[in-house]
This record gives sequence, C-alpha cells and structure tokens, in this order.
Amino acid sequence: MTTAPASEAPAKKFSLGRSLRENRVAQGLFLISPANIYLFVLIVIPLLMVTVLSFLSRGEYGQVVFKFNPDNYARLFDAIYGKIMIFSLGVGVGTTVLCLLLGYPVAYYLARASARTRSLLLFLILLPFWTNFIIRIYAWMMILRSGGFLDSILMGMHITRGPLDLLYTPTAVMIGMVYEFLPFMVLPLYTSLEKVENSLLEAAADLGAPPWKAFLRVTLPLSVPGMIAGTILTFIPAMGMFVVSNLLGGAKTILIGNVIQNQFLTARDWPFGAAASMVLMLLTMVFTLYYTRKAGFGEELLV
Amino acid sequence: MKSDFAVEFHDVVKVFPTPEGSTVTAVDHVSLEIKHGEFFSFLGPSGCGKTTSLRMMAGFEWPTSGEVVIDGKTMGRIPPYLRPVNTVFQSYALFQHMNVFQNIAFGLEMEKVPKPEINRRVGEALEMVKLGSMGRRTPKQLSGGQQQRIALARALVKRPEVLLLDEPLGALDLKLRKEMQLELKALQEQVGITFIYVTHDQEEALTMSNRIAVMSKGRALQIGGAVEIYERPNCRFVADFIGETNFMTGTVKALTKDRVTVLLSALNQEITGIGSGALSVGQAVAVSIRPEKVRLVDEDKKKVKELHGTENLLHGKVVTTAYIGSDTRVVLDLSGGLRMRAWEQNAISTLDPEAYYSAGDAVQIYIPVENTLVLPEDVS
Repeated sequence: MTTAPASEAPAKKFSLGRSLRENRVAQGLFLISPANIYLFVLIVIPLLMVTVLSFLSRGEYGQVVFKFNPDNYARLFDAIYGKIMIFSLGVGVGTTVLCLLLGYPVAYYLARASARTRSLLLFLILLPFWTNFIIRIYAWMMILRSGGFLDSILMGMHITRGPLDLLYTPTAVMIGMVYEFLPFMVLPLYTSLEKVENSLLEAAADLGAPPWKAFLRVTLPLSVPGMIAGTILTFIPAMGMFVVSNLLGGAKTILIGNVIQNQFLTARDWPFGAAASMVLMLLTMVFTLYYTRKAGFGEELLV
Repeated sequence: MKSDFAVEFHDVVKVFPTPEGSTVTAVDHVSLEIKHGEFFSFLGPSGCGKTTSLRMMAGFEWPTSGEVVIDGKTMGRIPPYLRPVNTVFQSYALFQHMNVFQNIAFGLEMEKVPKPEINRRVGEALEMVKLGSMGRRTPKQLSGGQQQRIALARALVKRPEVLLLDEPLGALDLKLRKEMQLELKALQEQVGITFIYVTHDQEEALTMSNRIAVMSKGRALQIGGAVEIYERPNCRFVADFIGETNFMTGTVKALTKDRVTVLLSALNQEITGIGSGALSVGQAVAVSIRPEKVRLVDEDKKKVKELHGTENLLHGKVVTTAYIGSDTRVVLDLSGGLRMRAWEQNAISTLDPEAYYSAGDAVQIYIPVENTLVLPEDVS
C-alpha cells in the first residue's frame, strides 16, 4: 500500500451545503427541523412564558407587573388549595379507574367482534365527537337535573321515589368526566387487545387453562400497553379539566382546573394562575412517571 | 388399562357456515383409528380438512356429527383444557410476555404441579430440545427453529397422551426442516408418545410417519404406511398427490383375480396391470405408471428384449431429456399425442453420449405388470 498523498485541502470554511452533503448529523438535524420548530414554537416557548409568568406579580388593575414574586407558590400551600389539589387528584384517579373498569369490557368485546359489528361499534364510539363537547355536557345537565330525564325514568319505573338531585354534586362531575374520557381509554385498549391473537388463547386452553385463567395469564398482561396508554390519555386531561366541573359541579365542586381558569379570567391574577398551572403540571408529571415506572413491566411490549 | 387406540374417529363430519350463508363440509365422514405410540400423519393439500381434523382432537372444534374418541374416552364437547392432548401450533403461539422457562412452565402451573417438580421438568424439557441454556430468553430473542423447539417442549412437558402437530415445520427453511424432521422422529421414538402430524409436504409425511392418511376435500382417501400409499395408491388422487406419476385413461376390458386389462383410449391398445378397489368391466379407470418404474430400450440399437409375459410394451419417441445426475429424465411421445415421463437411472458412469437418450430416439417402453396400477377415478 502506498501512503495517502498529503492532503492539499486548506482548512475548510463552514458551508451549509457541504455539511448537508457530507455530515450525517447535520443531515439528520436538518431533516427533523420541521418537527423541532413545531415543538419549539408550540411547546417550549409557551412553557417558558408560563414559567416566567408564575414568578411575576399582579398589578393593581390585574395587569402583569415585572417584579419577582415567589409568593404565588407560597399561596398555593394554603389549606384550601391543598384540599382542592387533593380533590382534583382524587377525581383524576377516580375517572381513570372508572374508565378503565368500564372501558375494558367494551374494548374486549370490540376486539372479539366480527369485522362488521366492530366497525359499527367503533363508529358509535367516535360519534359523540361530532358534537361540541360543551353541548354534550349541557345535555348531561338536562339528564341529571332535578326532575330531569334520568329522574323521570327512575321515578317512572318506581325505582326511586323522589328526585336524586344529582346535578351540581361531585357524582355529576364524575359521571361527566367518565363520559368524556371513556373513548380515550377504549381506543388504546382496543388496539392492544386486538393484537392478542386467538392462537395464544387456544394455546393457553390447550395447556390446561380454563378461560378465566387464560384471560388473567395471557390476555390481561398482553393488554398492559393499552392500559398504560389509555390511563395516560385519560388521567392527564382529567387533571386539568374545568368545563365539566364548572357545568355539572356547581359552586361546591372545584377542581384545580377551575382555580386556574378563575385566576386567568375572573380574578385576573395571571401570575398566580400560572403558578397553579405549574404545580398542576408537576403533580401530573410525578404521578404519570410514578405510574409508568410501576407498570413498566409492559414496556417491552410498547411497540 | 389403556384402550386399544390413542385416537379414534367414528364417522366424523364437520360443517362450517360460510359468511355468505351457505356451508362447507371441512371433514366428510372420516373414520380412522390411531394406535398408541404411532407417528400418524394427515397429508393433503390446503383445504382438505386435515387441520380441522386435528382441531377436533384438540377440542378447538366440535364435530357436527360423529365421535372423536381419545384413549377410549368419547370427547363430545369436552373443552381443550380438559383433554389429554397438547398441540404444537403452526405459528408456535408462544407467549411473548413470558420468557422461555415461563412458557414451558405454564402448562404445569395449570396442573398445579409443585414448584420444584416444575423446575425439574422444565429443565428436562429444555435439555430434550437442546436449548438447556435458553430459559431466560424471551421468544423474540430466539430464531424460528429455536421457537419451534420451545413450542415442542411446552407441549411435551405436559406428557400428553397424544401430541398434535399442525404443520410445525412450515415456517422453517428447507435445510432446518430436514434436520427437524429427523429430530422429531427420533424424539417421538424416545418419548413414545403418539404424534399426530398435519402436513401438506408429502416427503415430510413419508419420512416421519408410521402411517399416513391422505386427505382430499374432507375425506380420508387412503390410510396406510409410506410404502403402501406410494406403491399401492387406491385412487387417482392419492397416486397423483404422492410422488410423480404418468396417467393414461381407459376402460376395463377384462378382470382376473390379480390382473386387470385396460383398453387405453388414446392408444387403442391394451395394457395389463394390477387393480385397486372394486373394479368392474367397462368402468372408466386411470392407469398410473411412476416415471422411475418405466424401462426404456433403444429400438435403433436393436436391443429389443424378449417379453416375459409380465411386461407391457409400448412404443414412443424421445421428445426431450434432462440429465440431473442421479438419473436422466426423459419425456416420451407415445402415438396418439400421449406424453409419458420416464426416469432412467444413470447406473453406469460414462461420458459416452451414446449411452444417454437424446431427442428423436425411438424407444420401446417396458412396464412390468406390477408397476402398472389400475385405479378408480375416486374412492367411493
């Protein structure tokens, strides 16, 4: 072998064109730049704005004053906000658990139904999204109010004697929340249940497992990815929900989402609202991370 | 006390509804008996009902009518998890969320076998399929052949009365498949369990089985050993499906105890062979002659042989030849536009081109009577 001739290339000047031709990292960065720009403009910048805002002060007329003020966070440790925080967490977890319990059989049935039934049912599950969410919650107000649709049915069938007075109670909020988030649980569950091949259940039966054992040992573990995805899709938005509690919960049922909404719209204390948002975000993040770690045994299946 | 047979089918019928509202008969009045310790194969093209037969033994399907009996017990509607059989699935159906050890232990856990015994038996099963060190891997980390062995170990560890194998080697490449065929056969002899094997690969069935049921359109046309179904097929389909053969059609002219004379319609010439099943004079039949059982003599070289009275003699011309090493494959044109394939074994090593047939050679075709099989078009 001869030695390579001494390179006569002088120190190269930076050129975008050349690095794009020769440098794989530059190519990669360039190719994903639309996604990066999207993330930067729509997530990083707003998040930074809220973070900065949460450390500023409220002016006399509700305007934002550029003065450092950590008090916003201190105020959140007030017992009343602590209570709301815990209540919100309870509603979030409760909604998620109820959606999981109610959604699993639906998803299971969907996954096992014939192709025709399946597409019809999927269509029905998605149908409510064609109507505005707030209008659907108003419909629930009609159903749940004293002497409303539900009461007249129950009383008509002599199941209850008087009105249930469900509207403006935490129960009404839970009903609304579960109603709203159920499809977000059902769809990922369905996707993962549909992937559980029938031959696996046959194999389990063949090896001596009665149907319920086959379900516990095969179907359930294989649907963990769907459970994780559904839980995240339900829990995170449920934590920030304020419309349902506003309309169905009345003055007594206040979620952290309502607190934030009030600070921005009514009390005009944007910095405090921003601080509450930050805390909500942290709370949700900690919970979600803890949960996914705990349920992490299904991670290798998240394909 | 064991019953006489591992598996019996008594006039089993399985009818499936189709999405269009009609029905298909997947298994059509099949009766058979499989002995204990036998390696029994269901062989047939896709849609012949072989897998459905297997699934009725496993309990995944129930017969529309008739009885499936396993080890003397009528199965009726006993569910799969209560049957003394285990299955190796075509797709292996390994549990992806469990490692290899857990996959094999699953069946024993269902039987509530004590933990130490599970550990011991799973270990033995892994050794048996030569994957002793793979217990902690997940199925995804294994090759197709290894997954196949795990599926086998998972079923065998239960020590079933009968092991059902649904085209278990179908997904493997040819070389691995040949290895596994021999291994499976050796394993079956070692464990002594009845193996029931479904395949569309005739060579696979011939290599491994004690007996084979050749199936077509839901019916078990012939049941017998490899030699029997190859040398004495009982109908045109079996002769055609197993190995290669030449068919000539004709009508039965005369019948004696062990000889059938047939008038070949294309040649207007008589040929004598041995019959199968109930034949009658005047019946339309197929005459099957295997290409390796045809003997050619070059007419131009005047090596014309004496007929012994046990051979049929036909005349033809060589159309094409293909030298493939062990033999030369010759396509002959008989008069009447009839083609016949003949495989001439290259028993003598020579470079002399004269020693091999070439296109245009006029030949005499000798077919011993016992190589001439007269078959009904279909078994009734």
